[in-house]
Amino acid sequence: MKRNNFGYYIREGNKGIFVHGFMSFAAICAIIACLLIMGSFVLITLNLNNIISDLERESEILVYIDDNLSEAEAKSVGSNINMITNVQQAVFVSRDEALQDYIGQQDDPTLFDGVDATTLRDRYRVTLLDIGQTKDTVTKIEAISGVAKVSAHYEISNGFMTMQSILNVASTAIIAILMIVSLFIISNTVKLALYDRREEIAIMRMVGATNRFIRGPFLIEGFTLGIVGAAIAFFAEWGVYSLITVRIQAVDTMKLLNLLPFMDIWAPMAAGFAAVGFVVGVIGSALSIRKFLRV
Amino acid sequence: MIDLRNVTKTYDNGAKAVKGISLHIEDGEFVFLVGPSGSGKSTLIKLLTAELLPTTGMVLVNNFNTGKIKRSQIPYMRRTLGVIFQDFRLIEKKNVFDNVAFAMRVIGASEKEIKSRVPYVLELVGLENKSHRLPEELSGGEQQRVAIARALINNPQMIIADEPTGNLDPARSLEIMMLLERINALGTTMMVVTHEKALVNRFSKRVIAIDDGLVISDGMDGYYNYETE
Repeated sequence: MKRNNFGYYIREGNKGIFVHGFMSFAAICAIIACLLIMGSFVLITLNLNNIISDLERESEILVYIDDNLSEAEAKSVGSNINMITNVQQAVFVSRDEALQDYIGQQDDPTLFDGVDATTLRDRYRVTLLDIGQTKDTVTKIEAISGVAKVSAHYEISNGFMTMQSILNVASTAIIAILMIVSLFIISNTVKLALYDRREEIAIMRMVGATNRFIRGPFLIEGFTLGIVGAAIAFFAEWGVYSLITVRIQAVDTMKLLNLLPFMDIWAPMAAGFAAVGFVVGVIGSALSIRKFLRV
Repeated sequence: MIDLRNVTKTYDNGAKAVKGISLHIEDGEFVFLVGPSGSGKSTLIKLLTAELLPTTGMVLVNNFNTGKIKRSQIPYMRRTLGVIFQDFRLIEKKNVFDNVAFAMRVIGASEKEIKSRVPYVLELVGLENKSHRLPEELSGGEQQRVAIARALINNPQMIIADEPTGNLDPARSLEIMMLLERINALGTTMMVVTHEKALVNRFSKRVIAIDDGLVISDGMDGYYNYETE
């Protein structure tokens, strides 16, 4: 006697959710709270990574070449700079170009008429692959023959990197704790359902129901709670994040921060939320039902 | 068919509930299992249904060796048995039809099979007109008939009835025993665990008496010659 039991699992699993309405509500709320906090940390981390990437693209260090070198000799130093692993690009800027750039940035360029470019040095604008290694890279560049001075402002990047490291550790710890809390709540919700139906389960076992058959409805119950919680949390996160980004972008001083639009990251976020909802729901149920299925 | 060979069962706390029982029950037999409280009857039933595994010895139930089969095979072994309890163990929220059908559903029967088999079995136990009633709307005797129908529904090779008349008056008890005898006549092996001396002695069946974890008598004379208290 074989038949597809999936319909039975869904029917019984969903019935369980409504029979223990309050606990189901509590479980869904716990998952929403957990995922909202988790999602917020992920969004902050993603944005911080994005800002650091921007900094990496935009921040550059200036490498000044020894006055005594000719322009041709100064250009040859560039190949040594480019050989350093962390260097993305080294662009040569001659004294004349440097002077023109400088004058171009001034309000009244006429003040600099007659200024000789020899007062400046040839230089390289160097961009890095990883600004976390700025200090090491500067040391390597300073060791190159013909380099007179290296100017780098790595305090800001170091600040971001430190914040990113702290956030990574904090978010991992918080995510782990919240997942355990959610697992515990889901597990208790399902345990209540199991306790309520213990006679039924005993009868099922006695008439020869397989463990898979007995487990099915409870796994569906946990899965549904997890996915419903994840879906609500996802849309709430979307709404709150969009609101916050709009507010931040409205502040003049914050406009420079390039925040990720939610539409750019909704797919991995949705997949992450669904995965956490699924894992918390199904594993929470599976943990509860294990002891009821011992022979 | 049941075959027990030198079966012992010692619980984790050291209590020896079964101390070396050997017995053989052939297919189609009707057997009463009698004995006082604490004699080991319940443990013996749990060994037969594989709720417990023997400490030593062999328990063979319908060709399944419960001490050796994989855990995943236990449900399939249980499908060869029907178990009836003193307290009926019906699901209060389900009506008579669904209580019986439930035993078919959990082993994956189709709705078509359920709709064809359940009315037949309800008729066999005399409940064809009460299929939509809830258990609380039935008398004790009727509730036990539902339990018997549920035990029968998957056509088991053997029925184990644990004090099936313990909650019933003498007249209803006799009805239930006669029903079990009729089911046995149709070919199902029957083991009835009971305390009720008068009831046992009304039927000329094999009576196995156990006490202190041992079989103390096993007779075909149909006479309950063991004093329980």
